[in-house]
Formats: sequence, structure tokens, C-alpha cells
Amino acid sequence: MSTHQTITPWNIRKLIIEQSKRANVGHIGSALSIADIVSALFAQVLRKVGSDDRCRDRFVLSKGHAALAVYSALYLKGLIPRKHLQSYCCEGSMCGVHPEHHLPGIDFSTGSLGQGLAYGAGAALAARMGGDDFRAFVLVSDAECNEGSLWETVMFAAHHNLSNLVAIVDDNGQQAFGMTKDVLNLRPLAEKWKVFGWEVHEVDGHDVAELIRTLDGLDTTCGKPKAVIAETVSGKGVSFMEGKIEWHYLPLNDEQYRTAMKEIEETSKP
Amino acid sequence: MRRSFAKALGEIAEADGRVVLMTADLGFMVLEEFAERFPSRFFNVGVAEANMVGLATGLASCGYIPYVYSIATFATMRPYEQIRNGPVLHSLPVRIVGTGGGFEYGAGGVTHHALEDLGICRIQPNLTVIAPADHRQATCAVHDTYDYPGPIYYRLGKRDDYEIPGLEGRFTVGRAEVVREGEDVLIISVGSISVEAMQAVDLLEEAGIEATVMIVASLRPAPEDDLREMLSKFEVAATVEEHYVEGGLGSLVSEIIAGHGIHCRLVRCGIRGMSIGECGSEASLREAHDLSPRRIFRTVLEAL
Repeated sequence: MSTHQTITPWNIRKLIIEQSKRANVGHIGSALSIADIVSALFAQVLRKVGSDDRCRDRFVLSKGHAALAVYSALYLKGLIPRKHLQSYCCEGSMCGVHPEHHLPGIDFSTGSLGQGLAYGAGAALAARMGGDDFRAFVLVSDAECNEGSLWETVMFAAHHNLSNLVAIVDDNGQQAFGMTKDVLNLRPLAEKWKVFGWEVHEVDGHDVAELIRTLDGLDTTCGKPKAVIAETVSGKGVSFMEGKIEWHYLPLNDEQYRTAMKEIEETSKP
Repeated sequence: MRRSFAKALGEIAEADGRVVLMTADLGFMVLEEFAERFPSRFFNVGVAEANMVGLATGLASCGYIPYVYSIATFATMRPYEQIRNGPVLHSLPVRIVGTGGGFEYGAGGVTHHALEDLGICRIQPNLTVIAPADHRQATCAVHDTYDYPGPIYYRLGKRDDYEIPGLEGRFTVGRAEVVREGEDVLIISVGSISVEAMQAVDLLEEAGIEATVMIVASLRPAPEDDLREMLSKFEVAATVEEHYVEGGLGSLVSEIIAGHGIHCRLVRCGIRGMSIGECGSEASLREAHDLSPRRIFRTVLEAL
């Protein structure tokens, strides 16, 4: 299994750069965007993650295209071996661009936007019906809020007071083919979730301490479903990627790889 | 069949606490009893079929057996991607219940005509597809398959007031049921249109033509051995379905004939185009699309 390195944004970012370069695959900006959120979840917040315990917290990466960040966390937590991470996007690998539920620690296969929140809501409902205290955390992208199906779930969860459902919105302001404000303006995003009946928290999505404080502080035993709007930057940690649409797609060349790794090592110390 | 389904599901739910029923705001005069008996396991999710299938996926992943209910068009087509990426991809026991196949919601118009549900469901791997021919077979199928592995699509007719002679409610996953035997032609039927098929067979008999009739309620897994064996005995066979001739029973039987090199000519009685601008009763639409007993009779007669 893994060398049990600490789950930190710094380690996750280094693995994202390392594996995306080796595999010559894009979606790097999206993965870097959620490195801090994933770190907070897998290092601290999620209970019994990766176990078969019926009462483990469920986690859904609804923005499945950022799975490399989660694979990195699973490896750092010792849930998948290095060879799995090392096989990212290789022929026959269990680790594709989008996550598959056969992998330990992945409860649901995702990749088609707008579907993951309903999986989480179903799991949260199951917990309530069974008298269990587990929670469902669903990480969605801001652009995913374009999908009407997401809002169907938002309304259902509010109507049924699914207090143990937590949606974390990776609010990096950009999407596959433009900025969210230009493609389909979502603002004011927090107010939208509030109006739909959710308890909303706005946080800095790159401040792990604030993320942990907020997520651990949620009272998931009662009240409304919870939305944590995490303000992030796509490509965070690599200056030439930050806020750039092209890094939704592009793989790294050798020079970009060296620059990216150097920046992460120098500027985002653990 | 839908009332028979609701009654059967109530019996199953009484014995098994894993059973949950969800509806996308449909089921008036059908689901009320379940809702009253099992309020903690009944959810009207609102007019939101995509969310309903997603919720059911989450519930099933935690050990429940959720049934999601709507009109056949809305139950299958609106949430088709959710069905594929949810219960099919995760091999979870979500039961998709679509009422009113074919023209059963005739006057409702094209948006309510389920003409391709069997075809689009049949192509999904591991999605069991069941279309009973009458209410007794529906009851048997619902009871026998409720804890069957993986997801299931049930296409259920609206009516409970007729029975297919000789069927006696028999149903087995992956098998076809022979309800009548004759040597001149093979008629293979699916779903509630089977009652018309049987009337067409009566007309054939009056004309001196004896037909064997097979009811195929299990489209996936298909009754391949039963069909292969029976098709090998006939020079002419006809499929009868209230569905586009592409994708459903006619396609299934064609695949078996071609795949096994069977020397049998097949005529497919089914729907060959969207009934745009046609409003009318189920009976009139069946007539317009050559699916009335007399039209089926004529089609078979011409094939012979």
C-alpha cells in the first residue's frame, strides 16, 4: 500500500502534477481547484471513509473530471496502492479521468454533471430512514449548477430537511468553454441556495483550516441541508494555470511540468 | 396492471422493510393505499424524474429496494442517463415502473405514447426488462422479481379488466409462455396488445388457420432458447407489439432468427412512425397503426 504520507494540499498538488504529466492528460486546473477541499475532507472530516462500514460517511465527487485530486488523497490515506495511482489513465487502469465505484473510497461512479447530488441525497435519506448518523458530502462544481437536475435535488433536500446532506460548491468561476459569469451567470450563487431552503456557508476554498472548521462545525443532526460555497481558483498553486480556461483541457509539456512542480514546492509548503 | 402492481407491492412491502416507493407526482387512484400504509417509505418527489432515479440510486446503494413510478415515457426517457449511470452502472436494485405502454394514454397525445421504452431499456446491459401481458402476469412478475439482482424496468398496462386466455398468470424471467398451439403460423406478442393479438388469432382460426401464440414478457434476459426452438418449427412468424418495430420485440426476434440462421420469415406488427397530429383513443390509434385485431389478422394472412 502507500507510504502513508500526510494528506495535505501540497502533497495532493504535487501528485496531480506528477500523474497528469506522466499520463499526458488534462483536467489539471479542475483538480488543483479542489486540492484543499479534498485534503480537508479526507484528512479530517469524512468518517470511516474507504471502509465497508454501513455507517461510513458517503462522499460523491459529482464533478468527476477532477478525480485525480481524490485518487491522490486515497493514495495518501493508504486506501489505494501507489501502483493504482501510477496507472492513472493507463490501459486497464481502475483510475480513469472520472472515478469508478469499484475503487476503494469511491462510493459512486461519476462524470456526467448534475447527477451526484441526487446520489448523496438518496444516501442521506437512507441514513435517516435507517436511524443512522452518517452524512453525505457531495462536491459539485459551480458550472454544474447549470444543470436543472441539480436543482431538482436541491428542492427535494430542502423540502425533506436532509440535514445530513452537505453540498460543497467548488466556486472557481470558470467552466469548460468560458467564465461562468459569461456563459450562464449564476450570481448570486449563495443567495440562490439560501432561497431554495439550504443553510449556506461561504468560505475560502483554499484555506484548509477554515474548511475543516466549517465542515466539522455543521450540525448535521437537524435543520436544513448544508451548502458550503467554497471560493476557489482553477489551477490554484500554478501561476500560469490560475484562472485560465485552457487548463481545463491541456496536458503539461516538459518545461511547464518543471515550472509547475517548482512553484508548488516553493510556494505551497505543507 | 398498475393496480395489481400496487397491491402486490403493498404485500411485498409488508414483509420487507427495504421496499420504498417513489413517484414523480403520478399515481392518482393507484398509489394512495401504499402511501397510507407505509408513509415513511413513500415519497412523492414532485415532477422531477431525473432526481427520483438519482435518489433511488443513493437509496439502493444503502440497501433499499426503491421503486420509481411514472408514465412509461417519463419514467424511462426523461431520466434515461440517470438510469444508465445510476442503477445500471452500479448494478443496483432500482425498479423503474412505467405505466401505459404504447397508445394506452391515447388521447394524451404523442408526448404520452411510450413507443420506444422497451427498445431503449433493452439495450442497457444488466437492466432486466419486463412487460406483462395482463394483470395476473404482472402480479406474478412483480412478486417473483422484487429482490432480483440489478435494476428492472417494468412496463405496466393501465387496465386490470382482461386476461389472456391460457396464460394463467405464468411468468419466469428469461422464458416465454405458450398460450395456444397451432401448426400454421407463430404469433409472438408482448404487453397489453396481446389481447388484440389473441383476438386476431381467433379471426385466423375462423379462416382455418391455426396459430401458436407465445407471450414474451421477459425481453431482457430474452427467452432465447424458447424462441429459437419455436421459430425453428415455423415458416412464418409474426411479432405483435405496441412499440416501434425497431428496438423492441420485432428486433429481438429478428436478432434470434439471424443469429441462429433460422429459416423463418418474420412480419413485424408494430408502429412505424410517430402519430403526429393524430389524437384519439387507444383503440383508434391501434387501428390507425395496423394493430387492431382485424389489421393484425390481415397482416398475418398476407404473410401466409
